[in-house]
Amino acid sequence: MNLDESVLKKEEKTAFLLRSLYQQYGCLQYKMSKFEEYDLYAKNRDFLVSDNIITFTDTNGKLMALKPDVTLSIVRNTRDIPGYVNKVFYNENVYRVSRGSHAYKEIMQAGLECIGDIDDYNIFETVLLAVKSLDIISDENILSISHLGIIISLLQEIGLNDDEQKKAIKLIGSKNMHELESLCSNAAKKTAIVNMEALSDEDSINITADNTLVNSIERVMRILMLNGSPEDILPRLREEGCNEDAVAQLEALTSMLNAAGEGSRVIIDFSVVSDMSYYNGIVFKGYVKGVPESILSGGQYDQLLKKMGKRARAVGFAVYMDFLERYFENDNIYDVDAVIMYDDNTDRRALFNAVQVAMNKGMKVTAQKEVPEKLRCKIIYTIDKYGALKEKQPDNTQGKNKSFNNKEASNA
Amino acid sequence: MLNIALPKGRLGEKVYDMFEKAGYDCQSIHEKNRKLLFENPEKDICFFWVKPSDVNIYVERGAADIGVAGKDILLEYEPDVYELADLRIGKCIMAEAARNGYIDQPQRTKRVATKFENIARSYYASIGRDIDIIHLNGSIELAPILGLSDVIVDIVETGSTLKENDLAVVEKIVDISARLIANKASYEFKKAQITAIAGALSNQAAEREALEKDPDNK
Repeated sequence: MNLDESVLKKEEKTAFLLRSLYQQYGCLQYKMSKFEEYDLYAKNRDFLVSDNIITFTDTNGKLMALKPDVTLSIVRNTRDIPGYVNKVFYNENVYRVSRGSHAYKEIMQAGLECIGDIDDYNIFETVLLAVKSLDIISDENILSISHLGIIISLLQEIGLNDDEQKKAIKLIGSKNMHELESLCSNAAKKTAIVNMEALSDEDSINITADNTLVNSIERVMRILMLNGSPEDILPRLREEGCNEDAVAQLEALTSMLNAAGEGSRVIIDFSVVSDMSYYNGIVFKGYVKGVPESILSGGQYDQLLKKMGKRARAVGFAVYMDFLERYFENDNIYDVDAVIMYDDNTDRRALFNAVQVAMNKGMKVTAQKEVPEKLRCKIIYTIDKYGALKEKQPDNTQGKNKSFNNKEASNA
Repeated sequence: MLNIALPKGRLGEKVYDMFEKAGYDCQSIHEKNRKLLFENPEKDICFFWVKPSDVNIYVERGAADIGVAGKDILLEYEPDVYELADLRIGKCIMAEAARNGYIDQPQRTKRVATKFENIARSYYASIGRDIDIIHLNGSIELAPILGLSDVIVDIVETGSTLKENDLAVVEKIVDISARLIANKASYEFKKAQITAIAGALSNQAAEREALEKDPDNK
């Protein structure tokens, strides 16, 4: 039997297209069971989007969890092989608390992970696949890329401690430059006071030192606010003397993307931040027009592997498929094309024939004795006991008139 | 079309005036009628009024591209949005207040009445204090007077309600003012318009602040 593509909902079609894309690039499908041992997630709680996990006790007394995430399981099951990169993709349901409703939800997630001896080529290929994934979903899309190395070295330059860095990263993530500036200058003042106390009383007011700090805070703000195409932003990062390795990495990546013809919808934006204890290097988020949140998110997460005692490095991304259901609005206005109404006297063979004839015309057909009001259908046939079909227009007009009359009656 | 959610009430009107001054006006908003949306097709913008504590929901879910919400609301609900500018209006503080003569007893659990559960919880967690939260929806000041709670955590604007009821601020928790927020995806697709508005509004805010500090220097 041939598969008629029109049967597929758009989100299902998207899932298949993504799968074939990832397979083209030599990724293997990763299939995991619904349940995993709770321990795995408990140890890496911060890595998860939400730390609420549905748990239950297995028959052997082990505490199990309904998987809230796929990446952790992939990482655990990957073995280090020097020179080899394990490339897998998945399409799995995960169970986590949704942000809006504060209730557990089943979320369809697709994704891709490259784990192993990662080099700049693997990172390029992963980002390329992220861009191509967005292309499959919608023509109007944007991939924002950031480099955590640049952000960290900027924050260290102005002397923020770990705690302040965490706060600063949160503020950068919400483009909250006004509060970031006051956080930085407060921190700077504190260090200035400490420095002053260390000095003797006479030269306690060191104005020039203070000024350089103000300048460096201004510089940090200026850099973090940069946002635009790599062609505009990267030269400015060079001018400002940002973390050279990181800028070079971004330059190499974006020039490769341009060469692959996929660089036009990529922008540099430092508000893409992820948890520093797991991620490092290049991180990115993808948006498509019409979906209010990022639909794709990913990056390098070498730190996670280090935490789990692996030597390998890793890069990957996830696509949140649950947004697609709302994004692709259902344009089906009919539940079925045709209803064939029969009664107890109808010859069953004649009925089956009639159904077959309609089906062969490419219609969706249902045989019913009664048509419920809610069923939306294009056409209703009645069949007499000899098997002859007669068209009967769905009496929508009557229904409308009725409700109209009701309204008038209530108004009167 | 850029959808802008404004908070109903006095603050919202002030905010609209800022938009108008920045050149993003919409004359139909002054008409007295029951319309819910106010469009200016020429400027490609559309305003609507919503309950102040709902602005974050409209923006987070993308029904509004940008909006103006109090920092109290942003801290309480932590919506996943960009906070682009501090408009420096609607200024007040979030504070812990108690009856005059209240003495804190650190060895006992503090009973805290508040509408802002999340803010109170994270504040007391940050200072390592064990508390018992009593969530109220209004007339918070009554709680310590009737002995329902030891302290309250609430917004203090002038402090006159506190004074009239023999209450006083014990500790300031955080400064509050109106903030311009934006949906993260909208920001990517309507960047030019949103950054222009954010720039114009924060310039106005800075000017007003400079004027307040130094009224003679015009």
